[in-house]
Amino acid sequence: METLTHESNGRATRENERFVTPPASVTETGDGYTLELEMPGVNKDGLDISIEINELSIVGRRSNPQIEGTLVHRESRPHNYRRTFEIDPSIDTGKISARITQGIVTLTLPKTEEVKPRKITVS
Amino acid sequence: MSLIRYQAPEMSTWPSFDRWASLRDEMNRLFDLPTMSNLARQAQLFSNWTPALDLYQTVDNVVAVVELPGMRKEDINISLHDGMLTIAGERQSSSGEGESAERTERFSGKFRRSISLPTRVDASKVSATYKDGILTVTLPKAEEAKPKKVEVTVE
Repeated sequence: METLTHESNGRATRENERFVTPPASVTETGDGYTLELEMPGVNKDGLDISIEINELSIVGRRSNPQIEGTLVHRESRPHNYRRTFEIDPSIDTGKISARITQGIVTLTLPKTEEVKPRKITVS
Repeated sequence: MSLIRYQAPEMSTWPSFDRWASLRDEMNRLFDLPTMSNLARQAQLFSNWTPALDLYQTVDNVVAVVELPGMRKEDINISLHDGMLTIAGERQSSSGEGESAERTERFSGKFRRSISLPTRVDASKVSATYKDGILTVTLPKAEEAKPKKVEVTVE
């Protein structure tokens, strides 16, 4: 089956805020999917994950260290992060869990019991 | 008659040209399967992880802020040589067994960033912290580089 966690454009052009699209990795295991996003500067409090119908939206707000001084050289982008994905029907949306460690958001998206590979024992 | 520059045949076996051969193969593959996840995988070909680096100057310090998500503290190396700050390291790939990648945009592997510092710093007092995937290196300015207030009495 080719349908997986597809990326969607996001239902919203709700606000005019600009966002950075964080790099993401999706891996599939027998039990579900693991989604990893890079959001340096975001901690637990700045993370906002929501599911609306079948759209998963991950927003990360930075809480970068504030430095009192003049900026000599800049490469980072000041915007917050946002990325949205379309959720495959095989995913059990009630069991999605997330954690963030050192700027990496890891989401575990388990498959519903019906679609998990299982062994049938013959009695 | 057209003039074409003569190309030595052994040029194609030159080691540095192998890279272009693999690039060509990757490009061909790109046209075979133009799916999004595939495109993302092709990006790995140019895998050069260049973490964003910001540099600040405060009254007493020069501060470098680097975005390094998902590192282990012990895999980050900071060195200072001749007014040049170098931050290098390696990020381990987290993929395990029994997993298949659907989309890979994150880089794993080595990186190295160097930046020349705007003022002289005291190399013995450099400190660094790593929090929320952000590395902050604080380099105290050398005494002679600090702004000095000179009192001048007018007679």
